[in-house]
Amino acid sequence: MNTSTLGRPVDTDEKASALRRRRNRFNRIMLTLTGVCAVVVVVPLLLIFYYLMVAGAGSINLDFFTQLPAPVGEPGGGMANALLGTMFLVLLAGAIGIPIAVGAGVFLAEDGRSPLATVVRFTADVMNGIPSIVVGIFVWAWVVVWMGRFSLLAGGIALAVMLIPMVTRTTEEMVRLVPKELREGGVALGFTRWRTTLGIVLPAARSGILTGVLVALARIAGETAPLLFTAFGNPFWEWRLNEPISALPLLIYQYAISPYDEWHRLAWAAALVLIGLVLAVSLASRFLIRNPYRQR
Amino acid sequence: MIMEKLSDAGERTVGQSPVRSSPSGNRPAPPPRTGEPAPDGGLAVAARDFSFWYGKTQALDSITLDVPVRRVSALIGPSGCGKSTFLRSINRMNDLIPDTRHEGEILLDGSAVYSSGRDVVELRKRVGMVFQKSNPFPKSIYENVAYGPRVNRLVSSRGDMDALVEESLRQAALWDEVKDRLDRSALGLSGGQQQRLCIARALAVSPEVILMDEPASALDPIATQKIEELIHELKDRYTILIVTHNMQQAARVSDFTAFFFMGRLIEIGKTEEIFTNPRQEQTEAYITGRFG
Repeated sequence: MNTSTLGRPVDTDEKASALRRRRNRFNRIMLTLTGVCAVVVVVPLLLIFYYLMVAGAGSINLDFFTQLPAPVGEPGGGMANALLGTMFLVLLAGAIGIPIAVGAGVFLAEDGRSPLATVVRFTADVMNGIPSIVVGIFVWAWVVVWMGRFSLLAGGIALAVMLIPMVTRTTEEMVRLVPKELREGGVALGFTRWRTTLGIVLPAARSGILTGVLVALARIAGETAPLLFTAFGNPFWEWRLNEPISALPLLIYQYAISPYDEWHRLAWAAALVLIGLVLAVSLASRFLIRNPYRQR
Repeated sequence: MIMEKLSDAGERTVGQSPVRSSPSGNRPAPPPRTGEPAPDGGLAVAARDFSFWYGKTQALDSITLDVPVRRVSALIGPSGCGKSTFLRSINRMNDLIPDTRHEGEILLDGSAVYSSGRDVVELRKRVGMVFQKSNPFPKSIYENVAYGPRVNRLVSSRGDMDALVEESLRQAALWDEVKDRLDRSALGLSGGQQQRLCIARALAVSPEVILMDEPASALDPIATQKIEELIHELKDRYTILIVTHNMQQAARVSDFTAFFFMGRLIEIGKTEEIFTNPRQEQTEAYITGRFG
């Protein structure tokens, strides 16, 4: 009987190498499959961008950023009021929502085992899953009906309701990532708990929280459904809290379902601008995500 | 007997820092800093039948020991023996961990650390702590030292603060290395420098006792040596308790050594006696490397 150099019978060696070949083949197949999945994830974004460029880029010019929408039938016109409206809505939502959400997130991270924290965390998760149209109806029922009118305020509140659970949870996660040694360092110096949290833990988590805030702002900037019955839309310049206001997603919706070709082109252009804004904010947050503990 | 001893200890001043301004003015003069502590007093920290539990797990079992003023006391023992738990009980850092309880008492300068009326914040100002992993705040070098005194309102003017920061950094033997970059991030310092910065930070709030939880275990030999020299410098002014896994280190830096094993205090005594002539067989076995 033949033996290998190690003295084992040859037929066992052959079995072993066949097994090894099969494993390696299986390994390559699985790696390829997951790689394909990864590519598929990227494809929609590329396609969206490509299509928006083709359909919308032609309508983007200086007027688009400086003019009011033109009346039906007239060519040209812009979406300056909608851009401004989206900015106001997002800023208002941030002003209302960010302090509440960061405060709640800190509470969840610092007092996470209390019954209140458990309830709040569960509620935030449920709210993250609530369809945005439901948020719109809810704010309509409480704010719009109460004020007797559609308004910037109602739209801002609706977007804040969307923002709060997102930022609450990311803040909690980011504060939890702060090493406990840092917290102990503050407490050991004789700081009270809130002083340690505010003066040491929060600054250490700042870049992560900021990233979460930016991602959430980008998310709500593109929301349409919560604005349908709250901000409502407005063809004119507007900045007052108690008046209806235009927003990019609203305009896209209105123009896209209109029968006019010119409006369709403007809707594509608006969509391109909106995606561009979201992408810019996402990229900005990439730069902030760096951990301060790795900086040298 | 014990109570007499403790109330006597309460009269004495403990660890007077040169930068402290007001409250220590009317205390009696500190005892001579060489020689043995008087048998009837000079206790900075004392434990009386102190036991501690994490949930249902008992970590400390009836610890009774005395820590003399302005000496370095080392706590040694194998991992999990309770030495860190004991250290963290002195400034009640264990309060941060949920579901713990204790029995017995720890006394700081004669008064009970765990009494219900105790102001924990005030306690932690008097008992500073240096951790195993250096944990500078993500702020400038200056701010790391100044933050504690500012929050605790120890100084009023900008000039006093500058002086206090310099004094603290000098005491921590770091001043010459950082004086030109006080406004730079503390996270840019080397590991050994960060650890000395943490010591400076602790000194800046004028503690009486400094707890060190394996302060050099993550450092290279040269940085370790600097920390050890620093401990030697500081014991003129502060009472120091140091937890260490390194027995040579305990022998080098400490005046007294306590050997912990499985939550109990096996032996405590002068360091040279513990290391040359231990009374307990377990101590000898650990020191000679037969277990642990």
